[in-house]
Amino acid sequence: MRDGASNVLNEFRQGSPATFNDAFETLFRLHQRTVYGWLLRIVRNPATAEDLTVETFWRIYRAHARFDPTRGFEAWARTIATHAALDWLRTQRPETELLMDVAAPPTGDPAISDEIRRKTAEAFSRLAPKLRIAAVLAVVEELPHKEVAAALGISVTAVKVRVFRALRLLRKDLQQQGITP
Amino acid sequence: MNAHDEERMKQFLKQALPPMGDAEPGHDQWPAMRQRLAARPTAVPWFDWALAGGLAVFALAFPASIPVFLYYL
Repeated sequence: MRDGASNVLNEFRQGSPATFNDAFETLFRLHQRTVYGWLLRIVRNPATAEDLTVETFWRIYRAHARFDPTRGFEAWARTIATHAALDWLRTQRPETELLMDVAAPPTGDPAISDEIRRKTAEAFSRLAPKLRIAAVLAVVEELPHKEVAAALGISVTAVKVRVFRALRLLRKDLQQQGITP
Repeated sequence: MNAHDEERMKQFLKQALPPMGDAEPGHDQWPAMRQRLAARPTAVPWFDWALAGGLAVFALAFPASIPVFLYYL
C-alpha cells in the first residue's frame, strides 16, 4: 500500500504525461474531501469551498514539479489551498461572506445575543484576510497552532501574533459600535 | 487587552462563527476538475504584452537599433 502511494507520488512529480495524468486523478480522488473540508473551514461557504477545491488542484497540477515528496502531499495541498482561500478572501468585499453563519443556532453562552453575534461576524469580515484565516482556524476550529502555521507558511509565534491582533481589532471594532465585550 | 478580554473575544467569535467541523463536498469534484484542465488558459501574461509593446515603441523610435537588436538575438 505504502509502495503504491509512493509510486503515485513519484509519477505525479516526474512521470511521463500519461502516467502523470493518472497519478493526478488518483491524488485528486484521494484528497479532494480533505482539501474541501479545509477550505470550508476557512471560507465557510460550501459552493465557494467546492470552487476553491478545483482551483487548489489546478494550482497543484501546475506546480507538480515543485512537489517535495518528503513533506507529504496532504500538507503541501493544504498550504496551496490556504493560499487559494487567502486570494479569494482578498477579492471579497467585507460583510459579503461569513454572514450566512450568523443565523446558525448557537450553542453555549445565552448572554451573547443574536445582535452581538451578527455584529461580531460583520466586524470579523472587516479584518485583514491573513488575520481572519489565522483566527478562524486557531480559535473557531480550535486547530493546533503548529498545523495553522504550516498551512500559512509562517511560524507558530506569528500565528499567535495574528490571532492576538485579530482579537484586539475585533474588540476595538465592537467597542466602537457600543458593545463592551 | 488582558487574558480575560482575550478569552471573552474568543467566546464572541466562536458564538458568531460556529465551527464547520469535518464536512464533505456534496458531489464528486472530478468532472469540474476535468473541465478546468480541458480549458487551460492560453492567455499571455500582461507583462509579456508590456515588454512586447515597449520593444515595438523602441523600434519605432529608433529604427537604426533594429539590425543591432536582430544581431544579438
